[in-house]
Amino acid sequence: MEAGQIAEAASPGLRERLEERLRGSPALAAAGVIAVIFVLLVISQGLHDVMQTGLNGLSLGAIYALGAVGLTLVYGILRLVNFAHGDFLTFGAFMAYLVNVTWGAPLVVAVFWAMIATAVLGLLFERLLWGPMRRKRAGFLQLIIMSIGLAFLLRAIYQWFWGTEIRNLDVNRSDVVELLGLRIGQTELIVVVVGVTVLLAVGLMLRFSLLGKRMRALSDDLELAETAGIDTRRVVLFTWIFAGGLAGLAGVLAGAITNIYPEMGFELLLPIFAAVILGGIGDAFGALAAGLVLGVMTEWSTLLIDARWKIAVGFVVLVIVLIVRPQGIFGRAKAI
Amino acid sequence: MSFAGDITVAVTFTEFTQPEFWISVGLIAGIYTLVALGLQLNTGFTGIVNFGQAAFMAIGAYAMAILVVDVGITFWLALPLAILITMGFGVLIGLPALRLRADYFAIATIAMAEVVRVVAQNARGLTGGNQGFACAADDPTNCYFSTWRDVSGSINEFVESTFWSDPPSYFPLFLVVWVAVIIATVGMTYLQGSPWGRVLRAIREDEDAARALGKNTLRFKLQSLAISALLGSLGGAFLALNLSTIHPLVFEPLVTFFAFSVLILGGLANYKGVAFGAILFWFVLEGTRFIELPDPPFTETRIAALRLAITGMLLIGLMAFRPQGMFGKREEMVLGE
Repeated sequence: MEAGQIAEAASPGLRERLEERLRGSPALAAAGVIAVIFVLLVISQGLHDVMQTGLNGLSLGAIYALGAVGLTLVYGILRLVNFAHGDFLTFGAFMAYLVNVTWGAPLVVAVFWAMIATAVLGLLFERLLWGPMRRKRAGFLQLIIMSIGLAFLLRAIYQWFWGTEIRNLDVNRSDVVELLGLRIGQTELIVVVVGVTVLLAVGLMLRFSLLGKRMRALSDDLELAETAGIDTRRVVLFTWIFAGGLAGLAGVLAGAITNIYPEMGFELLLPIFAAVILGGIGDAFGALAAGLVLGVMTEWSTLLIDARWKIAVGFVVLVIVLIVRPQGIFGRAKAI
Repeated sequence: MSFAGDITVAVTFTEFTQPEFWISVGLIAGIYTLVALGLQLNTGFTGIVNFGQAAFMAIGAYAMAILVVDVGITFWLALPLAILITMGFGVLIGLPALRLRADYFAIATIAMAEVVRVVAQNARGLTGGNQGFACAADDPTNCYFSTWRDVSGSINEFVESTFWSDPPSYFPLFLVVWVAVIIATVGMTYLQGSPWGRVLRAIREDEDAARALGKNTLRFKLQSLAISALLGSLGGAFLALNLSTIHPLVFEPLVTFFAFSVLILGGLANYKGVAFGAILFWFVLEGTRFIELPDPPFTETRIAALRLAITGMLLIGLMAFRPQGMFGKREEMVLGE
C-alpha cells in the first residue's frame, strides 16, 4: 500500500522530469520515437525483415542526406529555397552517364567528373543569377520563383539532349552480397558504403575544419559572421562548390541504384526538402541525420503498407513534423 | 547535330487566322485565369505563397467526376459539392500549414500537391489510378462529362442556327469559362476593395501589425486559401470537362507553375492583369505547336523541352528584370523580408 502510494506520488514528478528532458532535447525524443517504432516493428514483423528493409533504406537515406546537406546550407547562408537543387542531382547523374556509358570510362572516373561538373554548375549560377540578385536585394518570392524557372530550364536541357527515356549506368545489377544473413545488391552496398563514408567525412569537416565552422557561422547569422572578420564571399563560393559536389554525388548514387531520366531530381527533391525541414532549415547536422532517418523510415513503411505508397511517407512525416515542431527536430524555435 | 543551312523554319500563319486556334487558346487561358486568380489572392494580396494549386484543381475534378459516376448525383449538384469539398480540404491543410513562415508554407503546399497526386495514381478503386477516370465500369454511357456534353451540344445547335455555322465542339465550354472569368475577376476586385480585402493587404504588409490591431490573421488567411481552392477547383473541373479522361498527370506540379507564370506575367497585386497574362502565356505556348520545325533535330520530345525552356526563361527573366510583370505595381510587391 505504502509503496504504491510513494510510487504514485513519485510518478508525476518522474513524468514531468522526463517531459522536461525531452522538451529540452528534441533529438533525444526523436531517437526515442524511432527506437519505439523499431521495437514495435521487430515484434510484429521479425528482426530479419526490419534489418533487411533498414539496410535498403540506408542507401536511399544516404542519397537524401547528401542532397539535403547542400540544400540546407544554401538556404541557411543565402536564404535561398533552391528548387533547382533536385535538378543539380539530375545533372550529376547525366554527367556520370556521359562519362560512364557514352564514353565508356570506369564509374569511379564518372563519379569524380559528375561531382566536379555539378560543383562548377553551382558556381556558374552563383555568378550569373544568385550573386547579382542578392546585390539587387531581391525578395524571397523573387528568388524562389527564379529557382523554379532555373529548374525548368535545366530539365528542358536534359530532355533536349537525352530525351525522356529511362537510362542506366553501367553497374552490376545482378550480384548479391550476403551480410549476417541479410542480402543486399553489390551496387547498393557500394552506395551505402560510399554514401555513409562521405556523410561522416562531411560531418567531421563541418565540425572541425575552419571552412566548416565558417559555413555554419554564416548559416547562423551572416552579418555577425561578417563582423567577426570572415570573408563571406569566399565562404559563399565554397558553399556552392560543396553543395554542388554533394548533389552531383547524390545524383550518381541515385542513378546507380535506380534510373536516370530528366524528372529524377525533382522526384528526389521533395523527400530532400522533408529531410531539410525535419533537421531544421539551415542545420547541416540535422539534415544529415534526418536524411538517413527518412530513408530508413521509407523502407520500413513497406513492411506495413503497399510499396507503391512509400514515396508518400516522406511527405506524411514532413506534415507531422510541420504540425508538431515546425522548426525541425534539431532546430531552434527562433527559426520558424 | 547539324544546324546546316538547309533547315527551313516554316511558320504557317494561316493557323493564327483560324478562329479555332484562338478559341482553343482562349479556353485554356480562361481556365488558367481562374486558377491564377486564386494565386493572385493568396500570393499577390495576402502574402501566402501557395504552391499547391494543382492539388485543388485535382480534387475539384476528381470529386466532381466521382460524385457523378460512382455516387450518382446529378452533375449540377456534383460541381458545387466538389467545390465545397475542395474548400474544406483547403481549410484542413491551411489550419496547420498557415501557421508556418512563408517559405515553409510553400514547401508544405507543394508536398500536399504531391500527396494528392500519389493518391490519384495509387488509389485505383477511387480514381482509376494511372488508367484515368471517365465512365462507370458497367455503364459506358454514365460518364462524368455526359450531362455537360448534352448541354454543350444544345448550345452549339443554338449557335449554329444563329450566327456561326461551324463552331468547334469546345466553343460552349469556352463561353462558360469566360463568363466565369469575368464574374470572378469583377468579384475579386470588388472583394479587394472591401474592408475584408484591406485586412488581407495589411496581413501581406505586416502580419504582426494586423494582429496587434486585433485581427485574427489566421482566419483571414484561411478564408483567402479557401477562396483560392474554390477558384482552383472550378478551373480543375473545367479542365476535366475539356478532356474525355481525368488522368493524374493532368495535375502534375508543373501545372501550378504554369499558373504562377501566368500570374507573374500579368503582374502581382492586379486582378485584371491575370487574364492578359494567361492569354499571352498560352498564345506563346500553343503557338509553338504551329511553327513547323524540321523533325531532326526538332523531335516531339525536343519541342516539349522547348516549351519547358520557354516557361523557365520567362520566370527567370521576369524575376530578374521586371518582377512586377505587365500590370503589377512595384510598390505593392512585398516579396518577402
